Amino acid sequence: MRAPACACDDRRVSIPPGTAAAPPVTPRLVRVSRGRLLAGVARGLAEHLGVDVLLVRILFVVLSVAGGAGVLMYGGFWIFAPLQPDPATESAQPVGRDRDLGMLLALGSLALGGALLLSALGIGLNPDLAVPLAVVGVGVVILWRQADDTQRERWRTATATHRWSGAVRAGAGVALVVLGGGAILVGPVDLNGRSGGIVAALVVTLGLGLVSGPWWMRMVRDLNAERGARIREQERAEVAAHVHDSVLHTLTLIQRSVDDPREVARLARAQERELRSWLYRPRADPGATVTSEIERVAAEVEDAHGVAIEVVVVGDADLDEHLGALLHATREALVNAAKYAGQWPISVYTEVEPQQVTVFVRDRGPGFQVQSVPEDRLGLRQSVVGRMQRHGGRATVRSEPGAGTEVQLEMPRSSS
Amino acid sequence: MTDQPPRPGAVRVVLVDDHRMFRSGVRAELASAPESAIEIVGEAEDVDSAVRVIEAEQPDVVLLDVHLPGGGGRAVLAALVPRLPDVRFLALSVSDAPEDVISVIRGGARGYVTKSITGPELAGAVRRVADGDAVFSPRLAGFVLDAFAATTDVAAVDEDLDRLTQREREVLRLIARGYTYKEVGKALFISVKTVETHVSAVLRKLQLSNRYELSRWATDRRLV
Repeated sequence: MRAPACACDDRRVSIPPGTAAAPPVTPRLVRVSRGRLLAGVARGLAEHLGVDVLLVRILFVVLSVAGGAGVLMYGGFWIFAPLQPDPATESAQPVGRDRDLGMLLALGSLALGGALLLSALGIGLNPDLAVPLAVVGVGVVILWRQADDTQRERWRTATATHRWSGAVRAGAGVALVVLGGGAILVGPVDLNGRSGGIVAALVVTLGLGLVSGPWWMRMVRDLNAERGARIREQERAEVAAHVHDSVLHTLTLIQRSVDDPREVARLARAQERELRSWLYRPRADPGATVTSEIERVAAEVEDAHGVAIEVVVVGDADLDEHLGALLHATREALVNAAKYAGQWPISVYTEVEPQQVTVFVRDRGPGFQVQSVPEDRLGLRQSVVGRMQRHGGRATVRSEPGAGTEVQLEMPRSSS
Repeated sequence: MTDQPPRPGAVRVVLVDDHRMFRSGVRAELASAPESAIEIVGEAEDVDSAVRVIEAEQPDVVLLDVHLPGGGGRAVLAALVPRLPDVRFLALSVSDAPEDVISVIRGGARGYVTKSITGPELAGAVRRVADGDAVFSPRLAGFVLDAFAATTDVAAVDEDLDRLTQREREVLRLIARGYTYKEVGKALFISVKTVETHVSAVLRKLQLSNRYELSRWATDRRLV
């Protein structure tokens, strides 16, 4: 099974590392354009919370009447919750008398709430001020609602009548805001007083902000959307580049070496290793630790000798001189094992403990009688046992004919 | 799915993997093992079909791929483990990323093997899982040793579930060194049955321990 199994990976490569197992996304609060009365805030909230839309609307009205908090909340949701495109109903939006009536009702309760809010703040109840403010309020609502419609129009093919009525509505909104603002300036505000100039400037600035608000918001949102798209595009390009540089390249090489099964296995194994580390260890630390170095050594031996090496490491530590010697010894043991392992994979198990680091290298080759091997013939003797002893470590070789060979390397850790 | 009469005593297996090539490969491997007595009674390629086929067939063992369209092996486990306690799951994946391994084991799988496993080894693992034992690959054993490292704060772990006994540790070390259960038993002078008991105990701890380190460890390993 080994060869075909390795050839088919069950992970989609187009998923960038780090998001491979994306958690379910928390649904975001959106405004819904379908069946809305004003801005779709109530319906959006109702769908988000899973309650009846009527309940949310009543709550908004109650909150508006009782102190005006509902108006502030509604405004806040309107500004910050994005409008969700709803392609299913975009094409056939019913525009009927009922809906207009509902919209008037919603507007009325909003205006009432707004007036109450102002009175709560101690500004209102002066009809000279309240009427112009109400005019401004209606103008702003029309403007912002029109902005929503303009946004939706970008999702469908805008008809000429739509664009015309849109312009009319936007114009009406601007006119109302200007009218209301003017009325405030002409009417109740004493422009000749000391603060008259400041009040006038304030009213004009506020009016401008309210009129241009929707377009500012949209610009910010578009910028964000565009940046998101650019990041996705970059990630896609990176994945594509990687697939091209490594996977496609290896596949080409494999096709060229069909006559050499050993080379094919080696190429496939090297590619598998490389892809794995790319997928599962995206932020590999360049610093040399026991784990990274054992894996590197195993990879080199795999490449040079065309064997499969299974590496398991428990714990980790920074390298020092003695652990460097341990790595050398591990490499020798691996090379030796690779000569005898045959088709079976070699197992490397490394455990980093506070006092020492232990490495086991095990092959499933023919094995031998440890005592019967002459001193000079055993390649392990010098390079492995000698090296370990010089650095204060220990090497043990266990083998049995027919049951493979295991080399155990122990190196005490320098007290750091 | 099969036109042969069901073999009495055979282990009934459902194979869940989204690669048809891989499924046919496993089917051939398991069928060719002469003494295997393993019968593939159904196949599925995504979460929905897997839940359907497994519910209909009630197999002894499900060979379950970790990455599946429709929510992954995790979703299959979540849907079926509480309802079908007699069906045992063996996770089979090319991924050996720690969070994949730990999450399917915590989800209720009785073992985890990578797809590089040889046919006879896979047949052995299936039989072992069918008998109610756990199957640990060397890498899974290494993960467990790492996650249950002895160096953690002792005051925080006072429950039996949160630590491994010395014997369990020894067994896991040998498995991580590439020993078969038989070889582990021989090295520790215990029977294979005792080895299986130890491994099952470790699996239970791995599934039930709410030890904080376990999840933290799996996340940390991603960042190494």
